[in-house]
Amino acid sequence: MSASTPGVRLDTPELRRRSTAPELRRFVYITRSLAVMEFKLRYFGSFLGYLWTLFRPLLLFGVLYLVFTRIIRLGDDVPHYPVVLLIGIVLWAFFADATNSSLPSLVARESLLRKLSFPRLAIPVAATATPAANLVLGFGVVLVLAVVNGVSVSATWLYVVPIMLGTIVFAIGLGLLLSVLFVRFRDLQPIWEIALQLVFWASPIIYTIDFVPEQYRQYVLWNPFAAAVQETRHQVVGAGSPSVADVMGSLYEVLIPVGIAAAVCVLGFLTFRRLSGRVAEDL
Amino acid sequence: MEPVVRCEGLWKTFRIPVDRALTFKQRVLAPRHHRATRELNAVRDVSFEVRSGEFFGVIGANGSGKSTLLMCLAGIYLPDRGRVAVAGRISPFIELGVGFNGELPALDNVVVNGALLGLSPAEARRRFPAIVEFAELEDFVDLKLKNYSSGMLVRLGFSAAIQAEADVYLCDEVLAVGDVRFQQKCFDTFRRFKREGRTVVFVSHDLASVERFCDRALLLEHGEAVALGEPSDVVQEYRGHAFLEAPPETDSTGSPIRWGDRSAEIVEASLHDDAGNDVTVVEQGDWVTLRVLVQFHRRHENPIFGAIVKTEQAHHAFVTNTMFDACRTGTFEPTDHGVYSVRFQALLAEGPYTVSPAVAYEDANRFADWREDFLSLRVNGRLTSGGIVDLPHESTVESVVHETTVA
Repeated sequence: MSASTPGVRLDTPELRRRSTAPELRRFVYITRSLAVMEFKLRYFGSFLGYLWTLFRPLLLFGVLYLVFTRIIRLGDDVPHYPVVLLIGIVLWAFFADATNSSLPSLVARESLLRKLSFPRLAIPVAATATPAANLVLGFGVVLVLAVVNGVSVSATWLYVVPIMLGTIVFAIGLGLLLSVLFVRFRDLQPIWEIALQLVFWASPIIYTIDFVPEQYRQYVLWNPFAAAVQETRHQVVGAGSPSVADVMGSLYEVLIPVGIAAAVCVLGFLTFRRLSGRVAEDL
Repeated sequence: MEPVVRCEGLWKTFRIPVDRALTFKQRVLAPRHHRATRELNAVRDVSFEVRSGEFFGVIGANGSGKSTLLMCLAGIYLPDRGRVAVAGRISPFIELGVGFNGELPALDNVVVNGALLGLSPAEARRRFPAIVEFAELEDFVDLKLKNYSSGMLVRLGFSAAIQAEADVYLCDEVLAVGDVRFQQKCFDTFRRFKREGRTVVFVSHDLASVERFCDRALLLEHGEAVALGEPSDVVQEYRGHAFLEAPPETDSTGSPIRWGDRSAEIVEASLHDDAGNDVTVVEQGDWVTLRVLVQFHRRHENPIFGAIVKTEQAHHAFVTNTMFDACRTGTFEPTDHGVYSVRFQALLAEGPYTVSPAVAYEDANRFADWREDFLSLRVNGRLTSGGIVDLPHESTVESVVHETTVA
C-alpha cells in the first residue's frame, strides 16, 4: 500500500470511519476551490467585473437616500442618516444574497453530489463565501462614508467584526437548512423570496428603530438580522443610534436574538447532517 | 493479504415514488395519495472482499446493480443493510471530470477536481503540467472547457483522476472512452497501478478487458452476486446465461417497440445454426439463419421482408431486405402465412446484438409490422476489436531497405 494511506482502520464497527484530520482538510480544500470557482464564474467576462457587486447596493442606496431625504423626509432628523441607511443596505444585500445563493446550491450541484462522496457541507458554505467577501468590502465603503459624513473614528468600530462574523454564521446556518430542504420541497424558493420581503420591511433598514412604536421595538429586535443591523449602527455612529441592549431594556434580553440565531444554526446543521447523507438519492 | 475493500451483506433498496410529491401544494392537497412507492432492490445481500493490490472486476447485465454497488463503495449511497468499509483514499471514476465547468479553463477545473479528490489547491497546481502532458492537451490549456471536444474532456478527466494518488480506484466503464491510442495509455496506467500494488475495482461491459486485467471478478444478476472467482470462469458464466435473459428494449409503456398497421403480423422469429438448432449465441464466422413467420390479414402483393442487426450502441451492423436483393416475394392472401429466411455469416465483432425483423408494403413507404430488437444475438470472438465487423483479412509486414540514390 502506498505511503499516503491515512490512518484508517478497516476493523472499526462503523461503516466508514476516517480520521477527521484529512477529512477536515479535504472539506477546507473543497470549500475554498468551489468558492473561488463561483467567484470567477460570477465576475469573469463581465466588463466591470467585481465592481458590479458594489454598484448594485450603492444604486439602491442612492435611490433610497434621495427618496427618504428629499421626498418623504424620513431621514431628516436621523443623525448620520446616510451611514445608517448604508449599513442597513450592505447587511441586507449580504443576507439576501447569501441565503438566495445557498438555497439552490445543492440542487444546482446535483451532478457533483451524485458522482462523488465528499463533505456536503462544503457546497452551501462555499455559496456563502462570495456574498461574505462582498459584505467585508461593503463595510469598507460604510466606514469611508462614515468618515466623510463626520462620524468620529472610534475604537467601537472594531465591534463590527464580531457582529459581522455572527451574521455570516447565522446566514450559513439558515442556508444549510434552506439548501437541504429545497432538495425535497421545490416550493421553497418562491416562499423564501416572500419571506425575505417580509424580513426587509420588518427590519430597520430604511427606517431606524426610533420610528417603531415603543411597545413593539423589542419584538422587532428578536429577529437576529434586525438586531445585527441595530447593533452595527450603534457601534459605528455611536450614541445617535441606540444599542440592542438599550432598546430591549437589559443586557440579558440581547440573548433572545442571539439565542434564536444560535437555535437556527443548530437546527440547520442538524437537519443538514440528517438529510444530506441521502441527498444523492433524493435529487 | 489484508482486505482494503470489504462489503458484507450489502443491501440497497430504492423507494421509487409512483408519483413523487415534490411541492408543499401537492403534499397538502393529497397527503395520502403520494405515499405509494415501489421498492427496487438494486443490490441484495452482496458480500465480497478485495485485497490490497488486487484488480477486481464487476460484471453483469444493464440494471443488475453494478453501478449502485460502486456508488455504495464510493460512499455516495448509504447502504440500507450491511456494511461497507474501504481503507485508504478512494478515487472514484464514477464519472470522469466531476465538477468540471465549461466556462473556466483547464487549470481552474483541475484545481476544483483535485480538491474533490483530496488534493490541496497548491498540490493540484503543482501537478497540473503532468496532467496536461498526459492528456496531450498542452496546446489547449488556455481554452475554456466548453470549447473542448468530448474526447479532450475525457482525457483531461482521466489524467486528473489518476494524478490524485489514491489507494483504491473505483472505475465505472472508463476504458470505453478515448481513441485507441489513449485507451492504450489508460491500460498502461492500469498496469503501472498493478505493479505499484494499488487496488482497482473495475465495473465494465467489456468482458475482454475484465478477463485481461482482473485478478478476480464478481457477476451480479438482479442485484445478487451469482458468481465470484477467476475472471475467465465468471465471464463464461455471464456469457452462458445472463445475456439470454436480457429483456428487449422497451418503450415508455414497458412493451417492446413495435409499429406498422399490422395488416401483416410477425408472429415468430428465431435464429438457427446450419444444423437447424435454435441459437442465441454463436461463434464468430458461423453461418446463422434468421427465420421470420408472418401472418397476413390483408392481401399483399410483393411485400418486402427485411431485418436489421444492431450493435448494443444501436449502430446498424447489417441491413438486409428482399427489395435490396431484388427478390419478388409473390402475392399473399388474408390468413396466408409467409416464412422469410435469410442466412448470413456472422462476421461481427464480439459482443451483443439485436435483430429487428420487419414487413413492409411493396412501395417500401409503409410498414405492416416492425418489431424493434425482437431477438438477441451474442457473437463470441477471440477478441474485442472495437470494430463492428471482423472482416476476413490478411496482413503482412515487409521490411523495405532504403536504397540511397546515387546521382
